[in-house]
Amino acid sequence: MRVLVTGLNHKTAPVEVRERLAFDGPRLEEGLSGFLQIPHVRGALILSTCNRVEIYAHVGDPDKAAASIKDFLSEFHSIDPGALEGSLYFYTDRDAIRHIFRVASSLDSMVVGEPQILGQLKDAFEFALSKGATGILLNRLLKKAISVAKRVRTETRIAENAVSISYAAVELTKKIFSDLEDKRFMLLGAGEMAELAVRHLIKNGVKDVSVVNRTYERGVELAKEFCGRAVRFEDFIKELVNTDIIICSTGAPSYILHKSDMQMIMKGRKNRAVFIIDISVPRNIDPEINQIDNVYLYDVDDLQGIVDSNVMGRKKEAERAEEIIEEELEKFIKWQTSLDSVPTIVALRNRAEEIKQAELERLMNRLGSVDERQKKAIEYAVSAVVNKLIHPPTVALKEDSEDRDVLIATIRRLYGIGENNGSR
Amino acid sequence: MVILFELALTFYFAATIVGVVELFRGSRATTRIMLVLAAVGFTIHTVNIALSLLSGHIPVTNMHEATSFFSWCIVLLFFYIEHRYKMGLLGSFIMPVVFILMLSSSILPREIKPVSPMLQSYWLGIHTALAFLGDAAFALAAGIGVMYLVQERFVKTKRLGSLFHRLPSLQILDEVSYKLITLGFPLLTLAIITGALWAESAWGSYWRWDPKEVWSLITWFIYALVLHVRLTAGWRGRRAAILSIIGFSVVMFTFFGVNLLLKGVHTFVR
Repeated sequence: MRVLVTGLNHKTAPVEVRERLAFDGPRLEEGLSGFLQIPHVRGALILSTCNRVEIYAHVGDPDKAAASIKDFLSEFHSIDPGALEGSLYFYTDRDAIRHIFRVASSLDSMVVGEPQILGQLKDAFEFALSKGATGILLNRLLKKAISVAKRVRTETRIAENAVSISYAAVELTKKIFSDLEDKRFMLLGAGEMAELAVRHLIKNGVKDVSVVNRTYERGVELAKEFCGRAVRFEDFIKELVNTDIIICSTGAPSYILHKSDMQMIMKGRKNRAVFIIDISVPRNIDPEINQIDNVYLYDVDDLQGIVDSNVMGRKKEAERAEEIIEEELEKFIKWQTSLDSVPTIVALRNRAEEIKQAELERLMNRLGSVDERQKKAIEYAVSAVVNKLIHPPTVALKEDSEDRDVLIATIRRLYGIGENNGSR
Repeated sequence: MVILFELALTFYFAATIVGVVELFRGSRATTRIMLVLAAVGFTIHTVNIALSLLSGHIPVTNMHEATSFFSWCIVLLFFYIEHRYKMGLLGSFIMPVVFILMLSSSILPREIKPVSPMLQSYWLGIHTALAFLGDAAFALAAGIGVMYLVQERFVKTKRLGSLFHRLPSLQILDEVSYKLITLGFPLLTLAIITGALWAESAWGSYWRWDPKEVWSLITWFIYALVLHVRLTAGWRGRRAAILSIIGFSVVMFTFFGVNLLLKGVHTFVR
């Protein structure tokens, strides 16, 4: 009953190695059945994402299993085993369980707190489950990992705040406007970061997009990309009366939008709110504009400031998350130990010994004067009876059978052994 | 039923505490607990008012009853808005108001003096229900106005506190507050009209310049102004939020100040 994690992630392996080890499409099923054929592996699950490839296995002998899994990996993906040296990590038992909990809770992710990993893990688990590749231990472990991740998410604010500039821009937009579908958006200029933010906004519901560029043709081109329309540079101020969200990223050396322009525009808009994101350096929009009522202007430093404080916040939340994980880890280990055979055997023996001693004492009291020889004989006979009675269950417990978990639970119940007896 | 009133007060108090805790470290669980506490309080409160009505007494004839009924109207509207818009943290801003009103109600004189026969008519129920529902709408509009100002401050100063993530968007706050005023305003108008009709049937004149009437008229003008400048000059957002808070302060003065400080025909509710 031991857990083994074999894997590599974005911290230990470059993308060239990770992509070669990925199990995607039909390879996932092939890989899974391959792992199950390894003698020491009793159950397995493959988690393959762009940042990590991990195999969670229920194994008999972790060392032997680890070596076989490594060999299988290099053979299956036809990679020289030497290339995996240093990239692969192996965790067993307590460390393995902790690792799985941390992965599920997104503490091991590249962007700590990102929510996708839990979904990916659920999918991986469901796939393995549907193939019957997981046993009682992995099932319980993975279900626990998912519930731990949920606990982390509800009890900490680890996944709450945006940690990239373009996402921070979208988050702000959503706190200014309730519904993005009827909002009009303008992209002033071009640029990678700006275009990324536009894509985020479109994903969040923005439909009406206009693109302004000094070179009209370039504007038309970009507009096509976003299913929007191009507006001539000379006309952009006129257009602003009907624009709710503006992202500005031009190469202009000075301000292209002044406070007085904006005041006029706001009058025309009857003060409906405007959100302006100026990510151009040097800035293209007069920062004074932020003082106008219902106008919110953010430049690239403002956004970066938000991202930084969010990252800091996540770090603090991550510490709380680690505490939750340790707590859950202890609970899980306790459950696991209760299913271990050795403490059960010890508890069974203790129980028998207790009964034997108590009954002997009562018998001796009742008999009164017994000489040493008789006493020995009685003790011997009682011991023999007790030992013979507990011998078969002990042997059964020592056997390494598939249904040992059930057996342990049954024996504990039949002999009235509680969770804590003998599991010191 | 004294015990029902005290019970409702206790539940509102508990809801307020949870609501305030929610401001500092909120989760889905705290929101639910707060709503359940408020709902239990509201149910008990409703039973209390219903029992009074069933015994043939309209429970608005002294300050204790009137304040209690006013709180009840606020909680009623709160649940409607909560159900309709699911705005995060609204309870944290509204339940304290409800609790303070209920607490005031609990210390105000409870003695029921018989309503003078002149005033005993169905107008009593209609006029007060309209007035209190209107006032409740203004109370919620002001609560949401405060939320707007808090959220606006975060966005404007670019320092996004932890509340920023849990408060609703500026647009929805502004819209709901506006909607509440468009609900409260006609109710207030009708309350004034029914009041005038009632006065005519009871005393023979529509308008007597009694302090309550004067302050109600002032309230009416303030909200008329709020709506007017919004439609003509586009006073929305921060200014509208501030106006909604000023408006509600006047409502509160009309309600408490006039009754407790100034004398007039409405002091029958003292």
